[in-house]
Amino acid sequence: MTMQDDRARKELLITVIAGLLDGIRHVAVGASSPIPAAGAMLLRARNEQQGKPPVRISILGSSRHNFFTNGGVELFDCAAQGRVDAFFLGGGQIDGAGNINLVGTGDYPRMDVRWPGSFGSAYLYHLVPRVILFREEHSPRVLVPKVDFVSAAATTPEVKRRGGPHALLTNLALFDFDRERGGFRLRSVHPGYSAEDVRDRTGFDYAMPEIVPPTPAPDRTTAELIRGQIRNELAECYPEFARTMAAA
Amino acid sequence: MTEMVGLQALVASIEPGQSVTIPVDRAGVSMAATAAMIEAGLTGLHLVCVPISGLQADLLIGAGVASSVETSAVSLGEAGGAPRFAAAIRAGSIRLRDATCPAIHAGLLAAQKGVPFMPIAGIVGSDLLEVRPDWKVIDSPVGEPGKVVVVPAITPDIALFHAPEADRFGNVRIGRYRELATMAYAARRTLVTVERIVERDLMATEDSAAGVLPALYVDAIAVAENGAWPLPLWDEYETDGAELARYAAMARTDEGFRAYLSAFLSRGKQVA
Repeated sequence: MTMQDDRARKELLITVIAGLLDGIRHVAVGASSPIPAAGAMLLRARNEQQGKPPVRISILGSSRHNFFTNGGVELFDCAAQGRVDAFFLGGGQIDGAGNINLVGTGDYPRMDVRWPGSFGSAYLYHLVPRVILFREEHSPRVLVPKVDFVSAAATTPEVKRRGGPHALLTNLALFDFDRERGGFRLRSVHPGYSAEDVRDRTGFDYAMPEIVPPTPAPDRTTAELIRGQIRNELAECYPEFARTMAAA
Repeated sequence: MTEMVGLQALVASIEPGQSVTIPVDRAGVSMAATAAMIEAGLTGLHLVCVPISGLQADLLIGAGVASSVETSAVSLGEAGGAPRFAAAIRAGSIRLRDATCPAIHAGLLAAQKGVPFMPIAGIVGSDLLEVRPDWKVIDSPVGEPGKVVVVPAITPDIALFHAPEADRFGNVRIGRYRELATMAYAARRTLVTVERIVERDLMATEDSAAGVLPALYVDAIAVAENGAWPLPLWDEYETDGAELARYAAMARTDEGFRAYLSAFLSRGKQVA
């Protein structure tokens, strides 16, 4: 992939994320998630420009960009109180029911491949209304029919919950999650790919419209905002990433 | 009374087989004590990571000091996966109690309050409930009927962390890293390394006392300059990313890990 293509890919993902977050007041972002952070910053900048309500962004692990004074537990308490509207989760595996696996593949505990662990996923998936599944790699090994280990379950009819998956965004496509049905629906395919590409590289079944639209690329104003203000804001927290966003 | 001791004496009070609670990388990890623990040949420790760990847990696992770990994740962050943790899982050489971050906070909170368990939101539907039979799903005994997860109290033998400063009375400045206080409240004994001992009384004003863990909860303090290196210490120094990357590369093999460890321990001696 050329540097130009890579920048276009990142700008598209950032724009999609800003759209998915529209309407939220407070979003939490992981310390090593520059693209979700950039999407949140884009929404914040747009809201400022348009006189819409301000957006609060908590970057976990950053001392400058967090609003907490009660230690590591405060984010989790804040989510339990309904004060976190959106969050991002990834997953070594994501299945068609929206369950995610951050633990590993094979039989627990001596797994074939072991990943770091479930982090706060088992909890936050229940409590944050708009969880965006963000995983750049779009392949059958990531998007599986059934995860080997459920770190966090997408739907649990046996308990009341406000949280769960809202959408799944990859390098190829954007899916919406239907909580009633407990499955994904393809919303759009990114420029340069076809609905067949998505079918071939997705290990689970999903619903789709008869005609699958392309994911809209950022318009000129948005692209300029990303290349200017957002890149500068990113450089504070994610200097390496901001460098890769520089003009080729 | 809080004792002021040397680093070796501090870790000498940890006994084989005890449980030791340690904080997340950015919250003040005592790497100096970690080196001293490895040097002292401690074995059989049970780590309780609050709520995750990185280099510290990976070193203690690789060096055979820790034989069991409760954690929500072990990762070197930007430097990648934790190689000795992954190797130990494959070999089946450590006992792992997989958790999720707020459940570890809740377990410590139960110990802080002297109650046997703490209810916690969410978790239902996760396979963590399968692998953690000590976590229970109960019918809520009060309020609206419904299922709720409860986790048992976590009472570690030792809480161990690093902070910028303590005063000579044993009060320790922890800033807004309140989990360090939670760890100390829950643990039977708390051992702290600090960059320096200050002459002023940290409890003297409301402003400074608000960010302080009182000596009441602190059993022993040792001075260890640069004691979190290569991990960061708030307001003092950043992560040494190059060193973490070097560790991540070397610790992929057992031989590489041994070589890293040997250099890490001899550096610790020079500093001490």
